[in-house]
Amino acid sequence: MGIMDQFLQQLINGISLGSIYALIALGYTMVYGIIKLINFAHGDIYMVGAYIGFFCITVMNWPVLPALLVSMLLTGILGMLIERFAYRPLRSAPRISVLITAIGVSFFLEYTMMYFVTPQPRTFPSILDDAAYHIGPFVINNQQIMIFAITIILMAILTYIVQYTKVGKAMRAVSFDNETAQLMGINSNRIISVTFGIGSALAAAAGVLVGIYYNSIDPLMGIMPGLKAFVAAVLGGIGILPGAAAGGIILGIIEALVSGFISSTFRDAAAFAILILVLLFKPTGLLGKNTNEKV
Amino acid sequence: MKLKGKRLRVISALLGAAMMTAVISGCGGQKSASDANTIKIGANFELTGNAANYGSAALDGLRLAVKEVNDAGGINGKTVELEEVDCKSEASEAANATTKLVTDKVSAIVGPATTGDVLASSPIVTDSKVPLIAPAATSPKVTVDDSGKVNPFIFRSCFIDPQQGDVMATFATKTLKVKTAAIYVDSSTDYSKSLGKVFKEKFEAAGGQVVDEEAFVQKDQDFKTTLTKIKAANPDVIFIPAYYEEVGKIVKQARELGITAPLLGTDGWDDNKVVDIAGADSLNNTFYSTHYSDQDKDVQNFIKLFQTANDGKSPNVFAALGYDAGKMLIEAIKQANSSDPQKIRDALENLKDIQVGTGTISMDKNHNPIKSAVIIEMKDGSKVMREKIAPES
Repeated sequence: MGIMDQFLQQLINGISLGSIYALIALGYTMVYGIIKLINFAHGDIYMVGAYIGFFCITVMNWPVLPALLVSMLLTGILGMLIERFAYRPLRSAPRISVLITAIGVSFFLEYTMMYFVTPQPRTFPSILDDAAYHIGPFVINNQQIMIFAITIILMAILTYIVQYTKVGKAMRAVSFDNETAQLMGINSNRIISVTFGIGSALAAAAGVLVGIYYNSIDPLMGIMPGLKAFVAAVLGGIGILPGAAAGGIILGIIEALVSGFISSTFRDAAAFAILILVLLFKPTGLLGKNTNEKV
Repeated sequence: MKLKGKRLRVISALLGAAMMTAVISGCGGQKSASDANTIKIGANFELTGNAANYGSAALDGLRLAVKEVNDAGGINGKTVELEEVDCKSEASEAANATTKLVTDKVSAIVGPATTGDVLASSPIVTDSKVPLIAPAATSPKVTVDDSGKVNPFIFRSCFIDPQQGDVMATFATKTLKVKTAAIYVDSSTDYSKSLGKVFKEKFEAAGGQVVDEEAFVQKDQDFKTTLTKIKAANPDVIFIPAYYEEVGKIVKQARELGITAPLLGTDGWDDNKVVDIAGADSLNNTFYSTHYSDQDKDVQNFIKLFQTANDGKSPNVFAALGYDAGKMLIEAIKQANSSDPQKIRDALENLKDIQVGTGTISMDKNHNPIKSAVIIEMKDGSKVMREKIAPES
């Protein structure tokens, strides 16, 4: 295997890992865009999504697609409930209170889940044929193709919703200026609720895909991917949808290249070093515009 | 975030322990080691958390040893009573649980299962002078500290890491006759790092060449990037001394990438979860060293006893080690003819040629039993015993 072949194989690995980060990062960035909240419970919503998918597949014996859709639907509802009961009462509270509440929700989800499903990791049954395709020296398998395809489809649907539907237009309006949007007759509470629902559904999709891809889920599985997705969202420019998608994929590729060509032990360090570098040199992220804050 | 989670858990565990102590002292304050008719032994195991499969199996084995001696009339007429506590697979919880046991005045403690949890318990038993038998902690550091001094109160019923690294290096060079190897360790555990080190020394001493050394950390999900790098180095074998959860994922992802080389491991592989995660096909052409195989003729008697006591369920390696620990302790108490922790400790140190579940063992001067390792080959999801390698081979 030459160095170039190795590089391309690492790209394939990085893109499938990055697609997962991108799906989670989208939810982070949507929520931040609309209410300026870093929803630290997002990684745990992803974990709940993985468990719902797991129960649909193992207990109900459903195929992947219905399991994925049901998991997205139920997790979306969970996201809306969290927003309704944990964040909405604090809408006018200082941002730090909401942030701390988000950390509380995160622990609540982790340990409630641990109570019900035990801390033992569960193994997903292999529901997809493990067929791997050897294209020259590269290997790509069914799961990687599926992850990438589902990510692209979901992103396309999201773009359509945000850009071309009435709800999307309202979301953009609320994100731009909540009070003015309300004056124009937009029910901003409902729009914020929908945003949480969509973001959580995307995280659930990532959870189910990870379960199928890596075969193992546990109640604390959301912590690390949650943090990585946060880095991805900041890297792309928090609050900007294409930024989250790009940030996720770029982060996945960087991690793959760092562990492939430098050292596997530096991989996580590299991800968080990126966060520090972005915050130091371009806090608005890759796709963010520099705006002067009005004083 | 993780730190805060831990702190919360510690606080709640302390509260829980405080409440439990209150309840126990409220209703059964008369129970202690000095009770004329019972001898109290502490069992501190990982009953929940990521090493739960190890801890609960070891406890099953220990329970069997205790049941056996009680059914036979106890030790010199005294019944053995087990006090069971859960250390949740965390070092801080292991220390709390051990503190609780010594406060309750047990005569000796068996467990925890993993090296890290035993190391956390070690200062507590040393301070209170209660002997502890670790059934499955294979790190040399458990009984001998860095300066080479033997910890007087810690014993074990399993062999130590260097022996496993040694055995696998011998197996790779003598049986598989390979020339090059890659080593892929879990850098978050002492267990994995020390095994990687010993394997490297022995493999190179036998004329082999280590072409790549890589590391991962626990809870990692994606190993493909590193495996791609290992594949490029093209080793004859890959040595992966790690625990079952990550091993399962590594084996699966290695085979998905088209790595066909034999994969070698150690006793952390010995769990059926590996088959669930990796799949039977991926596990073909993998070999690992362990303490016990049910195909070994020396253990048939133990298997029968265990199945009778557990509704036909077959024991795994941790059950066998837990049973061995129980047998060693019971024999030591018999020889000491006392429930005094200090006398039991002296007897443990001098155990010689006693019959346990996995054969006959004696205690060496570093508090390690002298026993053989077996090598298991995975064939279509089932374990096949390849070799039994005695120490000092």
